[in-house]
Amino acid sequence: MTIIDSFKMAIDSLGINRTRSALTILGIVIGITAIMMMMSIGKGAENLILNEIGGLGAETIIIRPGKEPTGPSDLGNTLFSDSLKKRDLEFLKRKENVPELVDVMPAIIVPGSVSFEGETFSPDIFGGSAEFFSQAFGVFPEEGVLFDESDIKGRASVAVIGSKVRTELFGNDSATGKYIRIKDKKFRVVGVLGERGQTSFVNFDRVVIVPYTTAQTYLLGVDYFHEIITKATSPDVVDRTARDIEATLREAHNITDPEKDDFFVVTQQGVVEQIQTILGALTAFLSSVVAIALVVGGIGIMNIMLVSVTERTREIGLRKALGATEKDILMQFLFEAILLTAAGGLVGIILGALFSFGAAFALKQFGGLAWQFVFPVSAMLLGLGVSALVGVVFGLYPARKAAQKSPIEALRYE
Amino acid sequence: MNLIKARNIEKIYSDGTHALHGVSFDIKEGEFAAIMGPSGSGKSTLLHIIGFLDTQSAGEYYFNGKSFLDYTPDEVAHIRNQEMGFVFQMFNLLPRATVLENVTLPLVYSSVKGHLRETLARKAIESVGLSHRAEYEAFKLSGGERQRVAIARALVNKPQIIFADEPTGNLDTKSGKAVMEIIERLNEEDGHTIVLITHETHTAEHAQRIIKILDGKVESDEVVGNRYHAREHFKK
Repeated sequence: MTIIDSFKMAIDSLGINRTRSALTILGIVIGITAIMMMMSIGKGAENLILNEIGGLGAETIIIRPGKEPTGPSDLGNTLFSDSLKKRDLEFLKRKENVPELVDVMPAIIVPGSVSFEGETFSPDIFGGSAEFFSQAFGVFPEEGVLFDESDIKGRASVAVIGSKVRTELFGNDSATGKYIRIKDKKFRVVGVLGERGQTSFVNFDRVVIVPYTTAQTYLLGVDYFHEIITKATSPDVVDRTARDIEATLREAHNITDPEKDDFFVVTQQGVVEQIQTILGALTAFLSSVVAIALVVGGIGIMNIMLVSVTERTREIGLRKALGATEKDILMQFLFEAILLTAAGGLVGIILGALFSFGAAFALKQFGGLAWQFVFPVSAMLLGLGVSALVGVVFGLYPARKAAQKSPIEALRYE
Repeated sequence: MNLIKARNIEKIYSDGTHALHGVSFDIKEGEFAAIMGPSGSGKSTLLHIIGFLDTQSAGEYYFNGKSFLDYTPDEVAHIRNQEMGFVFQMFNLLPRATVLENVTLPLVYSSVKGHLRETLARKAIESVGLSHRAEYEAFKLSGGERQRVAIARALVNKPQIIFADEPTGNLDTKSGKAVMEIIERLNEEDGHTIVLITHETHTAEHAQRIIKILDGKVESDEVVGNRYHAREHFKK
């Protein structure tokens, strides 16, 4: 008997009990669907996040005040810490302190809304340098200009706005030269950024950028920064530059023990690694849940196969009387189990791909995310492999039981 | 040459039933022998042992000069496949498979290659006069037709011996006659050794010789003087 014979026999037997076969594989279908969706959505999320970070450039280094948060409760410390101030900028800009630093920009986050003649909109308001933002993220004004160093030095009430902000406040009219209100302060719009969309956690269509000095003095009344964004000369020197920054700031803040740092440095590489760690842990957790689902599905298959072996005792006896060896019978029943689980795997892969595609579509269409559907080839191969393996593992016991039946007991069975 | 040689065969089942109490007989190649006895006499047990489907508890049994114990399980399967054909009272066809598929089954377990299988199976089906039913599913056939399919299946591998266990037990008289006619022909024209198990005297009388079994022992072993021929019966 050849493999093809075993295969044909298995298909014939399964075809006789179609409904039962279909119900039997449900557990495997669900398990493999879950694997596919998990991998597709996980990969999609990773791509989305990495793309956002990628927009910032690998040479970017961010300095945040306070202690590095180790959990959600620490976030408050960061937002309300006032350790980063103007003098730090001077220290960082000195070439002898941080030789490979190209540019430094302090950033202020201003909560609130903007209004123009009765139209109100809640954008993301940043105090910073329009030129730095423009260069770092590759966004350029499509109308007007960016404010410059002199505006920052002079605490000018000027603003650069995103395209969405413009349409919300001005409709189709030109925005430059008009005055908008932020927290009862008037700002003159000098430029409108081109459409850019979401990048690096910032939607540049929804931003309002004002000089950080103006934001500190007139909008928030503070003398510290929420973060300092810096750029190293190249991605290769990021680690060294990050260490230089730490050393410089410790000196500036009179800190000797690194444990007592009142700031922390975030590199893009670090963020990427962190996110990958989190996603990896999440995937591992979900995988274990799916593994349990597959084991349960496998036990279901084993159960049905055992019932089937008992039901078909006569058939087994007959086959043995006609010259089937134990191996022939074993192969026949094993193939049935593998065929069942592999079919389950295949259906699961198709359903998983469809659902993931649907989820990606929904996230893109209704969630406004730049989500890309990922067809997880590795998950597909894994799904097929795992489902076949489940068939082997859980089909072996019933198949052995079938193979070991004595032909005479089997023929007598009524 | 003695194809079958049984000496003092005993069979005690695990539940304590003592089915055979020292049975001895020989069956020659080409012979048509009937093993006859009432139900519970042990004749089916005996058939299982001489058909290598079961093993005796004591005594010796040789098929073609070799004992069951001389073979590995795979060799036993091979002998059942190549040298023995079985016809059962309950037909034991795969009900959802076609006649052709049922008859092909022993070839699947042999080394016969795919394209030859169908040719051989169709030939066997033709020899029992069922060519017009080849593509029918087995469960759609009448009892007599089913038993003829079972006979085709038993002879498709051209075995030395065919064991027929109450082949007419579930058939009406007319179908039973047709089946017996085929069995006779297999013996007389094709030279197959036949061992027929039955409880009916008139069925047993188709054979050349009747071994009567009662309570697990051979009661008598006699040549049939006045053989009953199915074909002649039809002429009457």
